[in-house]
Order: sequence, then C-alpha cells, then structure tokens
Amino acid sequence: MTAITTTELGRTTATVVVIGNPNTGKSTIFTALTGVRQKVANYPGVTVEKRSGHLSLDGMEVELVDLPGTYSLAAHSPDEMVAVDVLFGGLEGMEHPDAVLVVVDASNLRRNLYLASQVLELGVPVVVALNMVDVAKARGIEIDAEALAARIRATVVPMVASHDQGLDELRAALAKACRGQLTAPSVHVLPELFAEAERIAASEGERGHPVKRYEVERGLIDAGAFAETRLIERAGASLRAELEATRARLGSGRPLAALEAQRRYGWIAAQLDGVEKRSEPRRTWTDRIDAVITHKVWGSLVFVLVMGAVFQSVFRWATPVMDAIDGAFKSLGTAVGDALPPGALASLVTDGVIAGVGSVLVFLPQILILFLFIGVLEDSGYMSRAAFLMDRVMRFAGLSGQSFIPMLSSFACAVPGIMATRVIADRRDRLTTILVAPLMTCSARLPIYTVLIAAFIPHRHFAGGWLGLQGLVMLSLYLLGIVLAVIAASIFKRTVLKGPTPTFLMELPAYKWPRPRAMVLRLVERAKVFVLRAGTVIFSVSVVVWALSYFPRPASIHERFENERAEVTASASGEARDTALASLAAAEDAAYLEQSVFGRMGHVIEPVFRPLGWAWRVAMAAIASFPAREVVISVLGTTYALGKDVDEGSDTLRSALQGARWPDGKPVFTAATALGLMVFFALCLQCVATVATIRRETQSWKWPAFAWTYMTVLAYVGALLTYQIGTRLMAG
Amino acid sequence: MTVLADLKPGQCGLISGFRDHGPLVQRMMTLGVLEGNEVKVIRLAPAGDPIQIEILGYSLSLRRSEAAVIDVENVR
Repeated sequence: MTAITTTELGRTTATVVVIGNPNTGKSTIFTALTGVRQKVANYPGVTVEKRSGHLSLDGMEVELVDLPGTYSLAAHSPDEMVAVDVLFGGLEGMEHPDAVLVVVDASNLRRNLYLASQVLELGVPVVVALNMVDVAKARGIEIDAEALAARIRATVVPMVASHDQGLDELRAALAKACRGQLTAPSVHVLPELFAEAERIAASEGERGHPVKRYEVERGLIDAGAFAETRLIERAGASLRAELEATRARLGSGRPLAALEAQRRYGWIAAQLDGVEKRSEPRRTWTDRIDAVITHKVWGSLVFVLVMGAVFQSVFRWATPVMDAIDGAFKSLGTAVGDALPPGALASLVTDGVIAGVGSVLVFLPQILILFLFIGVLEDSGYMSRAAFLMDRVMRFAGLSGQSFIPMLSSFACAVPGIMATRVIADRRDRLTTILVAPLMTCSARLPIYTVLIAAFIPHRHFAGGWLGLQGLVMLSLYLLGIVLAVIAASIFKRTVLKGPTPTFLMELPAYKWPRPRAMVLRLVERAKVFVLRAGTVIFSVSVVVWALSYFPRPASIHERFENERAEVTASASGEARDTALASLAAAEDAAYLEQSVFGRMGHVIEPVFRPLGWAWRVAMAAIASFPAREVVISVLGTTYALGKDVDEGSDTLRSALQGARWPDGKPVFTAATALGLMVFFALCLQCVATVATIRRETQSWKWPAFAWTYMTVLAYVGALLTYQIGTRLMAG
Repeated sequence: MTVLADLKPGQCGLISGFRDHGPLVQRMMTLGVLEGNEVKVIRLAPAGDPIQIEILGYSLSLRRSEAAVIDVENVR
C-alpha cells in the first residue's frame, strides 16, 4: 500500500502530507519548502483544494501535499473526510504517505497537540514542526523539544518559519523520514476503540464489504456525521446496529466524541508535564491591540475605516487599470479588424475572441486588489475580529460574521466576492453567501443605471437641493439589492440550505505581520485559477454569443446596403457623404442583428416581456447581454441604429432611446419602463464571469443554474411590478 | 447553576459540564473547552454578542447561545 517503489536505498520519490491547525504558519512553511513549485487542483467530487508542491531532498523527488488547516480529524462533512482519506491513503490515485509533517504553534501547544495526537496514531513516521518558538518565548513559555520528541516518539524541529529559522533541520528530518530511517510512533490514546474498529473492519471485510479500520474509527466517534453515513452506504444498514452497540459498550452512555476529547487532552497533559514550562503570563501585544480593535467605539471606527478602504480601493483603484485593459483590447480589436479582410473571420477574431479574452482579463485588477487586502486581513489576524464584530448584524440574514467581507466585496464585483467565500467554514453558510452575493450592486451595473437615469429620470431636487431624484433612484437600486439579498438569504437558510445552525466557534489568533512572499505567491495562484478555469467558460460563452448575434447573414441585406451606398457615393460628396455612409453602416449592423438568431429570439420572446413594457429590441438586448450586463447598453445602441461605439457618456444614445417609438407613435421608453429595466438588471444574473465562478467554487452546475434561475425570476417579477405600478402611478 | 454566558468580562470560572451533547459541544471539546478547564471571559462584541473567551491560553469567540450550554463553577 505504501509508495515504496524501489529499494530503501535507491528511493527516488516520496509523498509527505502537511497538516496543522489554522494560524500555525503552515502555509509559510509549505511555501518555504516548495517555493514556486506549487500547484492547486481539486480533489475529485469535493470543494477541497488539493495544494501540492515538489522539493528535492538528497536527490529524492518529494511531493508535499498541503491539507487545509484543521483542529481535528473528526469528519463531519465530505470535505473534512478528504483530509482523513488522504492521510490514510484511502483516496483514489493517492497512495499512503511516506511521512506526515504536523505544524504546531509552540505558543498554543496544548490545543495544537490534539490534532498531532491523532496523526501519531496513523502508523507512519511523523515530523513535528514546532513553529513560532519566538512567540512562545515572548509569552513566557519554554518548551524542551528533545524531551517532547522522546515522549511522543516523533522528530520535533523547533522553528521560526517567518524568519527562515529551522528550515534546514526540517529538510533533514523530512529526508530521513522519506528514506524510511524514522520508525513510526505507535501511540494509541484510545486502544479499546482501535481494537473494536479493527474487529469491525475485519468482520465487514469477510462479508465482502472492504471498509478500512480508520473509517470505522471515525464512524464510531463522530456519530451521525459523514464518516458514518459513508460507511453505512457501503456496508449496509446492519453495520449501523453494530456501530451503535459498540458505542454504547465503549462510552458507557457518554458520547465517544467526549471520551476522545477527554482522553486526548489527558494524554497531552501527561506528555507536556515537565516539558512545557510557563512563567507568569504577560500582557501580550495581541491583548493590547484587541483592546482597541474590538472596543465598542474604537473597534467600530477602525472597522468602518478598514472596510471603507477595502471597498474604495477595489472600486476606485481598479477602475483605471480596468479601463486601460478595456481600452487596450478595444484598440487591439480595431487594429486586427483593420488588418483582416472584412467578413466572418474578422468579426470572430475581433468581436468574439479578442472581446472575449478582454472580458475575462478586465476582472483581474479587482480580483488581485481584493485578494491582496483579504490576504493582509487574514494573515494579520484582523479577519476573525471583523467576523467577531459583524456577527450580530449578519444574523439578520441568517448568516454569520464570516459572510460580511464576501458580501461587501460584491459591491465592487461578485467574482472576487464569491471567491472570498472560502473563509466561511460552514458549507451551507458559504453556499447561501455565494447565492446572494450577486444581488449586491456591482460596478458593471453602473453604466446601465447612468444611461437610463440620465435619459428618463427627471432632474429634480428636494430639500433645498440636497436631495436629487436621480441620486435617490440610484440609492434605491443599491438598497433594493441589499434588502433582497437579506430576504433571499434567510429564505435559503430555511429551505434549500436548511440545516443545524452552524457554530460560531472561532479562534481569534494572535496578530502577526503578513508575509509578503507567501502573499504574492497566493495572488499569482488566484489569478491563474481565475484566468484558466473561469476564463475558459467565459471565453467559450462569448464566442457562442458572438455567433448567435452574427449568423445568419442573408445576402439580400448586403445587396440592399451596397445599392444604397452606391447611391450615396454618386449623389453626395465631402462631409455629407461620410456622415451618410456612417449612418448606413450602422443601419446595416442593425439590420444584420435583427436577422440574427438573437434578433429572431427577440421577436419570439417579445410577448413574454410585453407585460414589462419591452419592445422586441429591448428583449433582444437583454438576452444578448447574457455574457455581461453592461453589454445591454452597446446592444441597445446597435439595435437603435447608432453604430457600435456607444457608452454611458454618449448623448446620441440618450436621445435615440428617448426618441424610440412604438408603431403607434408612443415612446418605447417611459420613466416606468426605464425603472423596470434598471430593476431587471439590478436583480438578474446576466454575467458569465459570475456564473463561471459559482461553478468553479461549488464544483457543480447545479448551483449556478439555481442562482441564475432564481435571480432571473426575481428580476422579471421586479421589473413587472415596477413597470405596472409605475405606469399606473404616472397615469393617475 | 451558572453558565458561561452569565459571566461578565474579566470573570473566570471552571467548566463543570455541558447541557447538550450535539456537534457543537463536540467541536468545543476538540478546541479544549472541556470539563475541569479554566475559562475566562475577555470581552463582549459591541452588540453584546458574540463573546471572546480565553481557554488553554488562547482566544476563542462564541455566541451567547453557545456559551449558554456550558456550566461553570467557582466563578471569580
């Protein structure tokens, strides 16, 4: 079962699994060992990321697998079970590790040794990285590493990873472990449980159910949790009775989980007796900072300042870079378009490929800035304080304080917001946050609001000029998103994502200086993941949307416009001719668009959108804006025969929309239609980047489909109500 | 009986039992919130909830409702 492929001396490859509590500096150690040779993939079927890296130790190629930070091997969810499976070599395609590296925080040894005691029972060589000995020393804690190593029968390496201290010793210890020169410790904190699990696994094996001892062990302890469910799925209901009987026998009435905790902490106390010396606790920097950061007045002030800075920078700093990227892709498109002969190929390359790639890359600045902030907030320890401060507020939505930052980020862009939900420990809370985050008013909605408000909302002021009607509409659209997100979240938490209230137990770790090197690596990794994974989806959809709005291209249109062009060229000259030709080109684009699959779809679905007051062109623009909301503006521009280059600053677009008429002469856009359209775009999920990100983060198409459906229904109903009520109010 | 949620900031107590044995308590025990261990309430969040406690020499935050299942004695 082990990865030993050649003889002990000639070994060339080995696998080491890294595990540890959160906030122990595990990532710092992992990065220090592997450098840039890391990659991130997903374990099959679960949302857990498999982070792995390579390093050479004495000519051996060692694969280092980094497990997510955890306090225990208890397997309540499928995600937690992955860690257990990896450690025991129970995952398909992964063999039993040759050694396990446990990272522990020396200043918080008791709690950290809980996980270590579980790892020491695995039966593989264990190396313990006793990290942050400097912090421990500052807090008056002295640890005799050699004595500890002798007690727990594992190699213990004292380290200060943030200052690269102890890394050589750690490498040497790992090399020894991989070469098989370390014996596996044989710790059994719960020997009677071990024996029972072995017995049950053996008897199930005889009955043709190949279950593993460790699965039975976790299944016994974590009653009703995922480990047990999976066991019973594999071995049948007869095992349930067997497990229950065994539990009753071992625990004599008490839950085995309580027994496990009691025994392990008892064992830890015995190991640390005489090994760990604590002098009188001193007031630490963390205590002093916390007195301000979590203070009623100062804490709230700091919080508002920090969040304001995050929001402002994602919103404002990213904009110039995004505009630059946008502009660069537009001029690239123009340059390539001029170089290629006009036709389908030129259009595919410029409107499909270049515009598609641009629509992916344009999100990068926001993602990077937000993740830089989140990285700093997380690594410094502020993130958990923010969750501590905001928990009460977020409970209105049935969520916890951990959902605050993802929601706030979504005001800039839902893509980084959804990626930021990784900080949420509870799966249901995380999914709920992912589902409602796109309701926050992101920056892509602003162009739509700006154009429509400027064109259709009267420029009126109240309260002596302090309150403007246009500004009020904008504010109401923001509030609409927030209020509906709160309502939707509480509904989801009571229906589709119903479950036990997640615990808010959360460590408030000591404050630390963030490590720039690890942070840069993480940013690069996030950027890579987004561009490669979400990018492929966004790109393919952009090309499909291009095709739907380009084909078919009947020759009759071309002939008609060629004739008109010939007439214009013959009859007019100079500036008048250029103007006429330009407007002909625009009209030709509009004619093609009307003939395209999208144009036809607009006609077909017009009846559906009639109650919203939408003409077929508006319906088509709404469908064509599936890749990104703001596309609706340029499609409206094209379809109302303006040519392609319109944006929110364009007066011609405004007057064209104002001048658009139904066949009976009534205006297409009234204030009620415009309000309805804005409400539609406030609530819909017309954004491929968000859909692709939800797909990536949830590892299934089910959730993006659900999010798109519920938001589209919400958008339709919202626009319907706005239009119908608005029309009646204005008529009356 | 006093529960942890009743303690004021600065007060210490000895954990004497639990009023529940669900997953929440299992998680607490894993983190060292265990019978016989000393616990101290450090502070409350501005809204009075959640609360910050010290256990085994580190800081943990939990909601009032969660602290209400932990019995404490010898409150100082």
